[in-house]
Amino acid sequence: MNEHLNLWLIPLLPFAGFVINGLLGRRLPKSLVTAIALLAPLVSFGVVLNAVKASGAGLVLPYSETCPIGWINAGALHVDFSFVFDQLSLVMLLVVTGVGFLIHIYSVGYMSHEEGYWRFFSYMNLFMFFMTVLVLAGNALLMFVGWEGVGLASYLLIGFYYKKNSAADAGKKAFIVNRIGDFGFLIGMFLLLANFGTLSFSEIGAKLAASPAWTGGVLTVIALCLLLGATGKSAQLPLYVWLPDAMEGPTPVSALIHAATMVTAGVYMIARTHAIFDRSPFALSVVAVVGAATALFAATIGLVQNDIKRVLAYSTISQLGYMFLGCGVTAYSAAIFHLMTHAFFKALLFLAAGSVIHGMGGEQDLRKMGGLRKKMPVTFWTMTAAVFAIAGFPPFAGFFSKDAILYAAFLQGTTGKLLWFVGVVTALLTAFYMFRLWYLTFLGESRSHDVHPHESPWSMLGPLSILALLSVGGGWIGIERFGAFLAPAVGRQTGEGGSAQLEILLILLAVAVAALGWFMAHRLYHQRPEGAAQLAAAMPTGYKLLLNKYFVDEIYSYTFVKPLLAFSRFILGWVVDTAVLGGLAWLLGGIALLGGAILQRWQSGNLRSYAAWLAFGAAALLLFVLVPWTSVLASFPVFHMNVAGH
Amino acid sequence: MAINESILTWILLVPLAGAVLVALLPDRGKLPAWLALLTSLVSFGLTLHLPAHFVLGQHGFQYEINRPWIENPAIFYHVGVDGLSLWLVVLVGLLAPVGVLASWNAIKDRRKVFYALFLVQQTAMFGVFISLDLMVYYGFWELSLVPMAILIAMYGRKDGPKAAIKFFLFTFIPSAPLLVAILWLYARTGTFDFVELRLLIDSGSMPTGALWWVALAFLFAFAVKVPVFPLHGWLADTFTEAPVAMAMVVAGKLGLYSMLRFHVGLFPVQSRAVAPILVALAVIGILYGACLALVQRDFWRLLAFAAISHLSLITLGIYGLTFTGWDGAIYQILNHGVVDAALFLLLGILETRYATSQIAAYGGLASRVPQTATLFVITSLAMIGLPMLNGFVGEFLILSSTFTGVSHGWAIAATLGVILGAAYMLWLVQRLFYGPESELAMRPAADLRLGELAVLWPLAILMLVMGLAPAIWIPSIENRIGIPALKGSTALPASSLSVSFQGEGQQ
Repeated sequence: MNEHLNLWLIPLLPFAGFVINGLLGRRLPKSLVTAIALLAPLVSFGVVLNAVKASGAGLVLPYSETCPIGWINAGALHVDFSFVFDQLSLVMLLVVTGVGFLIHIYSVGYMSHEEGYWRFFSYMNLFMFFMTVLVLAGNALLMFVGWEGVGLASYLLIGFYYKKNSAADAGKKAFIVNRIGDFGFLIGMFLLLANFGTLSFSEIGAKLAASPAWTGGVLTVIALCLLLGATGKSAQLPLYVWLPDAMEGPTPVSALIHAATMVTAGVYMIARTHAIFDRSPFALSVVAVVGAATALFAATIGLVQNDIKRVLAYSTISQLGYMFLGCGVTAYSAAIFHLMTHAFFKALLFLAAGSVIHGMGGEQDLRKMGGLRKKMPVTFWTMTAAVFAIAGFPPFAGFFSKDAILYAAFLQGTTGKLLWFVGVVTALLTAFYMFRLWYLTFLGESRSHDVHPHESPWSMLGPLSILALLSVGGGWIGIERFGAFLAPAVGRQTGEGGSAQLEILLILLAVAVAALGWFMAHRLYHQRPEGAAQLAAAMPTGYKLLLNKYFVDEIYSYTFVKPLLAFSRFILGWVVDTAVLGGLAWLLGGIALLGGAILQRWQSGNLRSYAAWLAFGAAALLLFVLVPWTSVLASFPVFHMNVAGH
Repeated sequence: MAINESILTWILLVPLAGAVLVALLPDRGKLPAWLALLTSLVSFGLTLHLPAHFVLGQHGFQYEINRPWIENPAIFYHVGVDGLSLWLVVLVGLLAPVGVLASWNAIKDRRKVFYALFLVQQTAMFGVFISLDLMVYYGFWELSLVPMAILIAMYGRKDGPKAAIKFFLFTFIPSAPLLVAILWLYARTGTFDFVELRLLIDSGSMPTGALWWVALAFLFAFAVKVPVFPLHGWLADTFTEAPVAMAMVVAGKLGLYSMLRFHVGLFPVQSRAVAPILVALAVIGILYGACLALVQRDFWRLLAFAAISHLSLITLGIYGLTFTGWDGAIYQILNHGVVDAALFLLLGILETRYATSQIAAYGGLASRVPQTATLFVITSLAMIGLPMLNGFVGEFLILSSTFTGVSHGWAIAATLGVILGAAYMLWLVQRLFYGPESELAMRPAADLRLGELAVLWPLAILMLVMGLAPAIWIPSIENRIGIPALKGSTALPASSLSVSFQGEGQQ
């Protein structure tokens, strides 16, 4: 009764775009490159909309499509190419293809003067391919294809300006740090295979449902392994270090990959495998603590950064922390809700920042901006919507989703209240650094005189406007209806111990905190522009610590990277390989060589004589085979012939 | 159907005839190279006959020929292929034209000697994979070493003779105990035939004490050839010195195949006993090779240590002694052959164009030679084990079956290699192609030529197809002769290796 949705078109169209532009883009006219690059995600979006329409018209979810030819069938392992369309992937697909398409449009204007225009768009389409595979995957291994694949696209796009060492470094760092997470994902899959005998999400879910008493133990280990994978992709403690550096990529990339979609894959993965997490209270609490800690940690660094994109990068890490916190308190629908609204307002923030950078002729330093409100009115107003959304003011989108997460955390006993408190403090900091960015960029007087800012073209402002509308109204659906819709896919938090009064109280508190953050930013960066510098001077140690991001990169470098390289070079390379093994080999070889005095002639160094000797050896061997030597052998007692019994 | 009964002979004879022809005709211009190319294309075409007419579900060896050759000692010309050797023969066939093209511009003089020996080596490798008579097998095994040693000595880049001696010592010396062991088996049983010996050994009629030594001699020769840590001393020098076409085939498949066929295949009891040691050495080798690849300054040496890491992974798949692990190991031998060939080709092209293999001299090449950069990145990603490319399938099969069927601890340690693998390969990519343009990048140098593109793109596409559709290969790979100790086609009951089998071998 289900009609055929052709889900496979959703990833395959962008893949076709990647192949065409990747192979031929260099020679194709720019307009054709653009048409191909935009058409692919647009049609994918259309297919998604069609699927949404079908599900509204009574399509039974989850709906799945499986390729008749399996992917890996070896021994006991069976993995299919199977795509699943349910409420969870529906929401994700709408975000990925919808926001993705808008960012593609924006990029046409933003990247118009770039040399590698075709290369950029082929990578963007490649990303769309892998991201939709990740979302649609019906089993963990296929999800892993998308998972590593988006990492590849991210690597290529961060390193888009590959002639800059910093860009090439950042791309490599992103890939390798993500690989640490992927290591966890792989071990998690091995454990799934060992304990469930399958990697299919639905079969795992069914097996868990069949044994309701099964909790903790190996399930905790699996959940923690998957969590390690999620912390890599979603830039959580302790693996967040790649995301700030990823800002080396072009700004549309930061918006699409490093804000709206790819980095949320960890949250999506936890929601997708929630059946496992639900069976391990310990793993869930780890998820919640990691999320809350990351949210606060990244927000503190965001307070003092001067690069407009870095501020946004730390805010992304921080907001992802909220989503993890939501997952950790089993408020998966709230986490996905925040994932969605965040995709709107954070994509908008990055795109608006890109518009500012574009207008400022490539300048990213907040200290050199200011007064752009008049010069770039559309950018200003759209960004304002996003700032209010992320700061959590009603009725903007971020307010509803953040509130849903904090409320769910508050209901989780004492630990929950502590986590809620961390979330509220983070909200204060968020409001502060976002309004700091807002004031420094758009208000006051211009702080650099040699640039002539101009408003961006409409190909960029159009997507900004649409995203601004979504940042305003994207949360109006409300967590109640959103949660009810997602419930079949991710279950539903109970909300025990809650009441309307409590919820209103918490909301008032959260809004007050956001207002306080705004007020502080207003004081320090608008009313008394020298106030911030004075504050920094008053606390030099703390300021330096934050400015240098707690020196985490340096700590990692000196505790992991440098020792590993030194150990490899000196202990393994010199001591083990050269001295011990090399010495042993030459010693044994020397003995063998000395064994035959005749071999001394070898030392002549004459190539011909080596060749002759080797050829002689081969000839001798062949003769050896041909000579009837059984009789010779028989005279040796060692080789006693025993053919008789045969 | 007559061709089915003689195809293996043709596969052996064509490159040999080509070698003779090259040796007889004058060494004029590129004539030997053209002849070698023609020969290798014909022999590749012949090898494709094997999978095309391979019968799935048929037990035992196919395309079998078994004729007496020498009466006393009783040596038979016994050849045949099963799922284990089928694709390896095709791989050797595929790599032959690739090797010729890799040598096209790199070998500038004495082409006649080079290509004649190259084709002899080709014959020898085919022989190793299809021989089912131990004496014939041994002959081919030795024959595969000779042209290699000569070519390293003659065409070495800087220190050829020294590397050739090292290669000789490392590979010829372990062959001596192998020969003794084969002769001992013959002395005991009166046969060199693999199939008969397998049954005899399985029947338990052989003295177990002596079999131990025989199995060990086999293992030692193969382990050096792979090479397994810590017997890898020859590899880095060989990679640095050997002509690219020879280096790309020297490591891996011969030794790994021999382990599967003649060590585990002939001596399942003995190999099960040493398996834990080999599993440990393999895991150490994975991490050791990867760590050392991180700190190499010469890209050939980097490739050598990377190879140790990857070959150790395959060794792990073999000595995990699980059915799925063997699927993965055999598949990964093919993957490694394809990926390494492409990498050798690309690095060889860089070395010919820029006259150095010092990584530090490079940098910023990407905008100068974009095609080279693109193909290098694709190949590196296949090597790293990016899903959708071939390396991932084999890697996942080996690691997951090790985890479920052998040991959690060793599997986890081995999986750490995926992090290091990405680190050294991406760092290499960056140092060669990204960053500001180095002085060397400013030099005028051609991007890939048509002939090079015509080899590298098909290899890249093959990596993608092998990553997406292992279904083309795996069913025939699984159509291999079982190990005597195995019942049915399931995993070897790894009694000494313990740990649960929940995901494994329940079919």
